[in-house]
Amino acid sequence: MSGANRTAKADSMGGANRIPGKGRLTPARTARFTFDGRTYQGLQGDTVASALIANGVHLVGRSFKYHRPRGIVSAGPEEPNALIDVMRDNARRQPNVRATVQEVFDGMTVASQNRYPSLTFDVGGINNILAPFFAAGFYYKTFMWPKQAWKNIYEPRIRAAAGLGVSPTEEDTDEYASRYAHCDVLVMGAGVAGLTAALAAAATGARVILCDEQPEVGGALHYDAGVTIDGQDGYGWAQDAARRLAAMDNVTLLTRTTAFGYYAQNFVALAERVTDHVSRPARTAPRERLWQVRAKRVIIATGAIERHMVFANNDRPGIMLASAARTYLNHFGVAVGRKVGVYTAHDSAYEAAFDLHRAGIAIPAIVDSREQPGAAVLAEAQSLGIEVLTGHAVTDTKGKLRVSSITVRRVSGGSSARSIPVDALITSSGWTPSVHMFSQSRGKVAFDAETQRFLPGIYAQDCVSVGACNGTTDIGATLAEAVAGGELAAQAAGFSASSRTELTGTQAFAWTGGMAGAAYGAGPEDDVKAFIDFQNDVCAKDIRLAVREGMHSIEHIKRFTTNGMATDQGKLSNIHGLAIAAETLGRGIPEVGLTTFRAPYTPVTFGTLIGHSRGDLFDPTRKTAMHEAEEAMGAAFEDVGQWKRAWYYPRPGEDMHAAVNRECRTVRETVGMFDASTLGKIEVVGPDAAAFLNLIYTNSWDTLKPGRCRYGIMLREDGFIYDDGVVGRMSDDRFHVTTTTGGAARVMHHMEDYLQTEFPHLDVWLTSATEQWAVIALQGPKAREIIAPLVEGIDISNEAFPHMSVAEGRICGVPTRLFRMSFTGELGFEVNVPADFGPAVWNAIRERVEAIDGCAYGTETMHILRAEKGYIIVGQDTDGTLTPDDASLSWAVGKKKTDFVGIRGMKRPDLVREGRKQLVGVLTKDPGVVLEEGAQIVADPNQPKPMAMLGHVTSSYWSENCGRSIAMAVVAGGKARLGQTLYVPMADRTIAVEVSDMVFFDKEGGRIHG
Amino acid sequence: MLLIHCPYCEEERSELEFRAAGDAHIARPENIASISDEEFQEYFFLRDNPKGLIFERWRHIAGCGRFFNAARDTVSDRFLTTYKAGEPKPSLPIAAMTDETVVETYEATEGRAE
Repeated sequence: MSGANRTAKADSMGGANRIPGKGRLTPARTARFTFDGRTYQGLQGDTVASALIANGVHLVGRSFKYHRPRGIVSAGPEEPNALIDVMRDNARRQPNVRATVQEVFDGMTVASQNRYPSLTFDVGGINNILAPFFAAGFYYKTFMWPKQAWKNIYEPRIRAAAGLGVSPTEEDTDEYASRYAHCDVLVMGAGVAGLTAALAAAATGARVILCDEQPEVGGALHYDAGVTIDGQDGYGWAQDAARRLAAMDNVTLLTRTTAFGYYAQNFVALAERVTDHVSRPARTAPRERLWQVRAKRVIIATGAIERHMVFANNDRPGIMLASAARTYLNHFGVAVGRKVGVYTAHDSAYEAAFDLHRAGIAIPAIVDSREQPGAAVLAEAQSLGIEVLTGHAVTDTKGKLRVSSITVRRVSGGSSARSIPVDALITSSGWTPSVHMFSQSRGKVAFDAETQRFLPGIYAQDCVSVGACNGTTDIGATLAEAVAGGELAAQAAGFSASSRTELTGTQAFAWTGGMAGAAYGAGPEDDVKAFIDFQNDVCAKDIRLAVREGMHSIEHIKRFTTNGMATDQGKLSNIHGLAIAAETLGRGIPEVGLTTFRAPYTPVTFGTLIGHSRGDLFDPTRKTAMHEAEEAMGAAFEDVGQWKRAWYYPRPGEDMHAAVNRECRTVRETVGMFDASTLGKIEVVGPDAAAFLNLIYTNSWDTLKPGRCRYGIMLREDGFIYDDGVVGRMSDDRFHVTTTTGGAARVMHHMEDYLQTEFPHLDVWLTSATEQWAVIALQGPKAREIIAPLVEGIDISNEAFPHMSVAEGRICGVPTRLFRMSFTGELGFEVNVPADFGPAVWNAIRERVEAIDGCAYGTETMHILRAEKGYIIVGQDTDGTLTPDDASLSWAVGKKKTDFVGIRGMKRPDLVREGRKQLVGVLTKDPGVVLEEGAQIVADPNQPKPMAMLGHVTSSYWSENCGRSIAMAVVAGGKARLGQTLYVPMADRTIAVEVSDMVFFDKEGGRIHG
Repeated sequence: MLLIHCPYCEEERSELEFRAAGDAHIARPENIASISDEEFQEYFFLRDNPKGLIFERWRHIAGCGRFFNAARDTVSDRFLTTYKAGEPKPSLPIAAMTDETVVETYEATEGRAE
C-alpha cells in the first residue's frame, strides 16, 4: 500500500484546502487521524468528511454494485456514499458510519469500505464494465439455475462482493445507557424553527426537551450565511439561543441526539452519541444513550434535505450538493475545489456559488436547467461576474477518481456541446421537506402541486410541524410559525404564555425553482448512468425498466430496483425515483404515492437499543434458596426457563452418564434428595376454593379431605392438557397447588382470568407462593428413616401418613408443610419450608443422607426415574394437542362433573375419534440402543418417501435400573398397537421398536407405599 | 409504546405493564357441557378481525393484576376508552379516517396495485 503510515503534508490550518478566515473552527485545535493507513490533520469540530476534503481527499468509497469511485455528496445525515469504518480497537469498531456526521478526534482510525485491494485500484470495478448484466432486478433473473448454485455459489459470492462494512468480530466493550423522560413539549431539530419554537414553549414554563443530531445547534444556519435574526448573524443568534435555553431549569437541550423513532401517543426514541467524538472517553461514560421520551406535545422542526441533479455520470468524486459545499465553506472553512462548477434547477445553489466566489474560488459557470432563474440571484451573479448558462444542462462528466470536466448543452438542443474544466461540481434540484418523523407518527402527507412537494397533511398525533419540514422557507414566516407552534404546544400541555416571543429575521434571497426526476440528457431515450440512489447504484433507467417489467406500485418499484433501500433510506433518491416512475407510468406523482417512512430515521447501533440488557443482565436468572449449597457440592446446572436447576452431581472421575446412573441406582436402593423448589406454587384460599378448583381441574376436589393431596390435570377450554401437578388440601378453605416449573406464571394468569371474568361469584383468593417455599424431595426406600428424627408434630408412619398425605408441623425446628408424595415411584416426601430456611434444612438432611450412602440427584435423574414409572412431563410428553385420554389419564377426569374448563372442548369430534396420536411406551428391540427424542416413527421402513409418519419419540433415556433403554412416544392409535413392531428411521440406520405400556419399572407399584 | 388507562388503578400506564387477553364480551356459556359443536365453535374459535372499533380484554399484569375491557381503534391503535370487567359495552361513534385528497401509503393502497 503506497503511502501507508506516511504523514500527509498538512499545514497548520488542518489541510491545504482550509481557507484562512473562513469557518468557525479554531485553527490551533488540531486532531490527527488516519484514513486507510495515511495520517491526516483536521481541526477539532471537523467531521471526517470536512477534514478529508480539507486535505484534498474526495474519493472515499466504492459503490455497492458497480464499485464505482465515490466521493462525499453531502454534509449531513443523508450521506449515501461516504460510509467509513471507525475503529478505536478491535472490539470498539463500527462499520458504515457516515463520514459527514462522525466528528474527528485525535488518534482515530478510519478506513474506507467495499474496495479491494485499495480505493484507487479496486478489482470489483470490473462490475462497472459488466453493468449490462446487473440491471435492476438482476438477482431475480440471472441466478436462477442450477438450483443448488444459489446457495453454494451465487449467494455467498454476491454477499462477499456487495457487502458494505465488515462487522467487528470481538464483543463490544463499550457501555450503553438508557433513560426514560417525560416532558410537556419535545422539539425535534434545533435549527431556526426548532430553537424558536423551543424558546416560545419554554417561556411559558413548560418542560421542554430540544434535541438535534448535530454537535451544535443551528441546522441550516451552519451554511446559510445570508440569514440574520434580530439583527444578528443567524448562526451566532442560534448559539446565543442555545445558551439561553440551556440555562433554563425547565429545558433539556440535547445535541448529538437524533430523534429516530416516533411511536404511538407521542412516544419518541432519541439516540444520544455521548463519546463518539471524544479522543479518550472516560471509562465511566456510556458511548451512547437511548432516550425514550413521552411528550404531551411534539414539535417537528426537522428541516429539509437538498436533492442532487440526475444526469449522466453524476456520481464522480467531487460532485456534491450545493448546500454541502456551502457548509464546508462557511462552517468548516474548507473549499471543496478550486474550480467549482454549478448545476442547478433551484436558486439556492446560486448562494453557494456566491459564497465560494467571495472566498476566492473560481466558479467557471452556473448551469441552470431553467430558462428563468430567480431574478434576484441572476442579477447578483451578473454583478459578481459569474457566467450563468440558463436553459442548459450538464449531460456528462469526466474524470477517473475525481471529476475533471463537465459537458454542457442547451436544453432546447441545437448548439454543440461545451466542455468546462472543473475540480468540483455542486448541484441542486431543490429541497425535500423532511417529513420522516411526521410520517412515522402515522400522519398522512399531502402533495403540494404548486411546489411539487409532499408536506404534512392530516395529523394522527398531538404534534405540529414548523419551518422547512412544513414547507415554510421564508425566514419571517418560519419565525412566526415556530413561535405560534411553540406557544400552542405549551398551551395544549396546560401552560399559558405570559408574554409573546417576538423575533424578526432577514434573508439574502428568496428561493424559487426545483425539479424532481431525471434532467435533460438522462431521459428515456438516453442510455446513460444517471444515478438517483448512489448507495444502491440505482439509475434513472432502472426505474423505467422496473415499470416496463410490470412493477406499477411504488413499493414494488422500490423493492425491484432497491431504490431507497440502502442505509440512507432514500433521503436523496425517493422523490427522484417517484417522479421518474410517475412519468413512465403516465400518472401524477400523488397517484403513484410515496413509500412508507419507517424508524429509524438514521441507523442506530444495536448497543443503543440494547443498553444494559446484555450478558448477565439480558434476562433475570432465578436461583433456588439451595443454589449455593448445590454449587458447593459440585452440581452441574441446566437452564430451565429463567431457572438454574441442578442437573447432576458428578463425583471425581465421573462423567454425566456415570453420575446419572449412580444417582438413579441410589434413589431406588437407598435414598436420594432433590431440590424441587422451582415447581410453581399457588395458594388457593377462600370459602369457594374447592368449587373453584372443581372448575379449573378435571378432577373432583369435593371428596379430597384436609390432610390429603391429589394429582390434578388442568385443561384449556379446547380440551387439551394445559398443566398438571399435585394439590394438597391444607384445610376446608385452603389448598396448596403446585404447577410445572415452566407453567407457573401462565397457570396463575389462567386461574386469575377465570376467577375474575367467568367465575367472579366465587369467593376465592389466589397467591403465588413459588418463591416463598424451598422444596426438598426425599425419595427412596430409606426416605422415612432420613427425616424421622428431624420432624416434629407429624406422625409420619405409613399408617398415619400414607401416600398422598400432607401435614403441617416442624422440621429441624422450622415450620414445614410436609407432603408424602412421589415423582419416582419410591417412598417419598417433599419437605416445604420457608425459603430462607431452605439451605439449613438441606444441609441437615444431606448429612443424614450421605451417612447412609444416599446422594443428591439432579433433574436428569429425576427425568429418568419418572419415565421409568411412565409419569408424564407436561410440555415434553404433551405438546398442547393431547387430551387426558391420549395421555392415558382419563382416570383423573371427574366423570360425574357437569362443568370444568375443557369439559366441552374434550368432546369435540376430532378429540374423540379413533386413531388419534396417543402416548405409549416404546422399547427398542436392541435394549442397548437409546432413541433420539423427536425421532419419527413409521409402520413400514421400506415404504417410498415421504413416509407416512405415525408419531414421534417424546422422552428417551438409558435406564440403569431397568438395564436397558426406555422411551415414551406419541403414536397414532398407539394404545391399540401394544406389542406391535414399529420402526424409527434414522440417517444411518433403522431402529425396530415394540410398543408397550408406559410403566417400565415396578409395574405393580408396591414400592411407593413402602 | 401505548399508554393504557387502567380503570381500576385510574391511571394511564405504559403498555409494558399490560397484557392483551383477546376479545371482550364473549361470555362462557353457563351450560357449556351441553352446547352443540356449532355453538362451541362460535364461542371458542370464531373471532372478527375488524378494521376500526374493537372491544378487547387487557390485564394490568404488572400492576393491579385486574382484567378489564377496552375499546380500541385497530387503524390508529388508539384506545377510545377502558372500563371494568362486567360493565356493559359502551356505544362509541368511531370517526372515519380516510380522506381522498391525502396520499395513501402502500398499506392502504396495495389492493389497487396493478
